[in-house]
Amino acid sequence: MQPATQLLDGALGVGTALDGTVLFLPVDLASRAQFGWTISVHILFAALSIGLAPFIIYFTWKDVRTGSERYARLRSFWLKVFAVGFVMGTVTGIPMSFQFGTNFPGFSALAGELIGGPLAFEAKMAFFLEAVFLGILLFGREKVSDRTYFLSSVLTGFGAWLSGFWILVVNAWMQTPQGYEMITRNGMEVAKLTDPIAAFFTPRMTWMYVHMINASVISVALLVGGVAAYIVWKKRDAKAWSTALKIAVLILIVAAPLQAVHGDAYGRHVEDTQPQKFAAMEGHYETGTADLHLFAIPTDFDAFMHPSDENLFAISLPRVGSFLASGGDFDAVVQGLDEYEQNPPVPLVFWSFRLMVGLGFLFIGLAFWGGYLVYRDRLTASSRYLKAMIAASPLGYAALLTGWYVTEIGRQPWVVQDVLKTGEAVSSTLTSAEATASLLAFVVIYIGLILAALYTLRWLIEGELDELGVEKSSNGHWYGPLPGVTSDD
Amino acid sequence: MIKPLLLPVETYLVPSLPEVWFGVVMFALTMYVVLDGFDFGIGMLYATRDDEADRETMLAAFGPIWDANEVWLIAFGTMTLAAFPDVYSRLLADNYLIALGFVLALLFRGLGPEMREQREDESWRRACDRSFVGGSVLAPFLFGVLAGSWVFSVGAISLPAILTGVGLVAVSAVTGAAFLAAKTGPALAGEMRDLGVLATLAYLGGVVVLLAVVIYTDAGNAAGTILSIPGIAIVGLSVVAGVSGIVLALRDRYRAWLGFALALPVLLSLLVALLLYPTIYPATGLTVSDAVVSPLALNLTTVLGFPVLVIVLWYFKFLYGVFSGPIEAEGYGA
Ligand code: HDD
Ligand code: HEM
Ligand code: HEM
Repeated sequence: MQPATQLLDGALGVGTALDGTVLFLPVDLASRAQFGWTISVHILFAALSIGLAPFIIYFTWKDVRTGSERYARLRSFWLKVFAVGFVMGTVTGIPMSFQFGTNFPGFSALAGELIGGPLAFEAKMAFFLEAVFLGILLFGREKVSDRTYFLSSVLTGFGAWLSGFWILVVNAWMQTPQGYEMITRNGMEVAKLTDPIAAFFTPRMTWMYVHMINASVISVALLVGGVAAYIVWKKRDAKAWSTALKIAVLILIVAAPLQAVHGDAYGRHVEDTQPQKFAAMEGHYETGTADLHLFAIPTDFDAFMHPSDENLFAISLPRVGSFLASGGDFDAVVQGLDEYEQNPPVPLVFWSFRLMVGLGFLFIGLAFWGGYLVYRDRLTASSRYLKAMIAASPLGYAALLTGWYVTEIGRQPWVVQDVLKTGEAVSSTLTSAEATASLLAFVVIYIGLILAALYTLRWLIEGELDELGVEKSSNGHWYGPLPGVTSDD
Repeated sequence: MIKPLLLPVETYLVPSLPEVWFGVVMFALTMYVVLDGFDFGIGMLYATRDDEADRETMLAAFGPIWDANEVWLIAFGTMTLAAFPDVYSRLLADNYLIALGFVLALLFRGLGPEMREQREDESWRRACDRSFVGGSVLAPFLFGVLAGSWVFSVGAISLPAILTGVGLVAVSAVTGAAFLAAKTGPALAGEMRDLGVLATLAYLGGVVVLLAVVIYTDAGNAAGTILSIPGIAIVGLSVVAGVSGIVLALRDRYRAWLGFALALPVLLSLLVALLLYPTIYPATGLTVSDAVVSPLALNLTTVLGFPVLVIVLWYFKFLYGVFSGPIEAEGYGA
């Protein structure tokens, strides 16, 4: 491949100095963009599986036990969504593991001993389980007993949760590495496993697992709730779907507040273990006491790009940042970004963090509002609430992605905190033409993938409306007044 | 230091554990090439049928099993990473575009059938079919090129690598045809038999050409290994299996044919293992014992991983048991 790209560079008259900046992206930038983009797409489907798993298990159980038409309907609809999401998760997951080798061989070689085990366990314990029993769940309804069928749904869901566990073992180790020592093998500095328990159960691990699983459940509850709200909107007496909406609301009432409480404690743990990331999350440039910005609006572009204390229009609690970070001391010194040579892109981290937290509070609001309506038995009668739920259906995913941007981008310039810089992890044999070409291919193909997933969801909803006997012509918009309801709450 | 999990820290559980892991990795590779091989074959043969009922039958054969089969690729990859991280990173980094082309081909192969059933629309179905067939041809080809480039260390754009790719395409067509013949009704089975026989001849011819090229150019110093007794034995057995398969197929004994057809990819993987060992990355001369991870890490992966692997094989058997019946267009019969 090398000669061909050199030929191309030569033919286009681009010197090596320019080749990185003008025609093609530099190898490290392209690789990072590619990894960030592909995992952002993969995680959407992974979170769908993780979050949908409990729904599928519950619907299957109800269906098998009671034979109720309502649950059979919900099971069959969401199982189709699960199947499409699973295929997308699979086809986007394989490129993820390949990229460790193709784009970040420095990372694989250095950390292989630490990350290889968990990744192999993930394949052997989780992926096989999920793939095999989903095959039975999708194609075996008539071929196995009710008991085996229900068990298949449990094992499929368990597989999804277990995938999340092992992959997060890897990522948590990258945030707070331990249980290893550096040695030289074949002339390379590599990490050698010395204590498996410490390496698998790093301080970050449980934080991350609880927060991620709960985030997936919230995201899917919002999705299920949004779809249910839409169908109820079209067909007021769709029993199955008002049940689904109620279930989604009840799950949110538990999960959304839990996420905020947990996230707050999680933040303190990040401050302890990755002070540089924490400083970027808080826009804390100079070491000293820290204020807490509850709410911030950039007053101009400069403030957006450089979100520090002076140039934000912010509602801030003076020194509460110190208080929270230290767990009770208003005068505690919080390390600032000025102590480091190289920092992560602060605006990305700062604003992503605010978006996640803001959305988190929005979800709590939605949950309690819905809870109140359930209590008053007016859940499906409130046009305003249905509209809000429909509009909120993609927002769980937005929070989930921005949370990950905080975690991953906030860790830069390190790929393994304080052990390996991202720049050193990137392939040295890769050319910028190859890297740019593959990035482009992934961008185009994955946009197609997302569109295909969204269209499929739409077709499934249309099919469901069809079966419920909703006229195509009434397939107008969901934003007018609720059909058949004159007064609102 | 206390022994974590009571595992030896400085010595391997058994002295030959690195070699055992070389075997395990090769086993996963074989499972992948065999099992996803007939999935690829189904995808290629799919292109030869216009009839909607035949196509549905083929998709029904493919549906419940392909994803579980594909996981063997991930198992192969991650176990290589766990036991021989340098090999994983070199192999993929040195063959960048081939590796990514391969995963994208897999993506289209997997997506096609799943998306197809979401819509009745004619042109939508045609697009999904193209994605399925194209992916099913390209994926084994590129995987073969990757394997050829690894084994013969003459780069991906070379005759030995490309011929290995062609060989993998042909052998996948053989197993796919035998699988379909064994599991569908007589009409489709007859068609599959004829195509399978042709594919077998093409595969054997391809192997002969590949070996001739390799012996002539001595790519990756492989000539000696191929002309050694185990090398000759593997090639000879392939010819025997291929010819026996043809004979059985022509006598309409499809189940028995399937057995011989599946032997072909197994023998091919054996050849790969033979050509690699004792090195594991011939391009840099890295041997199994150079590349292996430290004792504690390997001991741990062994103790935690082996029992799981046994369980996986057990429920694979269960899966194939559930779907062992003959296939109809509407799905599996009883
Ligand atoms: C539905 C999604 C969602 C919601 C509503 C929240 N989070 Fe979150 N958050 C995530 C989804 C997420 C995540 C899944 O994206 C992350 C990335 C890594 C992780 O473990 O979970 C995350 C990480 C994450 C981190 C760690 C960043 C790091 O590892 O460096 C902190 C401190 C918080 N969150 C704090 C919060 C707070 C205070 C919230 C208040 C409401 C909140 N999160 C809501
Ligand atoms: C547990 C599995 C994960 C591993 C092993 C992992 C590993 C990596 C690696 C190797 C990089 C490339 C180096 C870099 O630019 O930082 C990276 C970057 C990145 N990862 Fe993760 N990651 C994981 C999970 C995630 C998840 C779930 C997301 C969610 C969206 C994510 C988002 C990103 C992004 C956006 C980047 C690019 C950062 C930048 O360009 O500055 N990662 N991660
Ligand atoms: C760099 C990081 C990652 C890699 C290398 C990776 C790898 C993979 C692979 C190879 C698959 C396909 C499995 C199959 O064929 O069944 C997959 C699927 C999956 N991954 Fe990831 N993954 C990564 C990040 C994540 C993260 C952060 C999560 C969630 C916490 C996750 C959860 C899942 C789940 C649940 C599946 C099952 C497929 C599905 O249900 O959609 N993955 N992943």
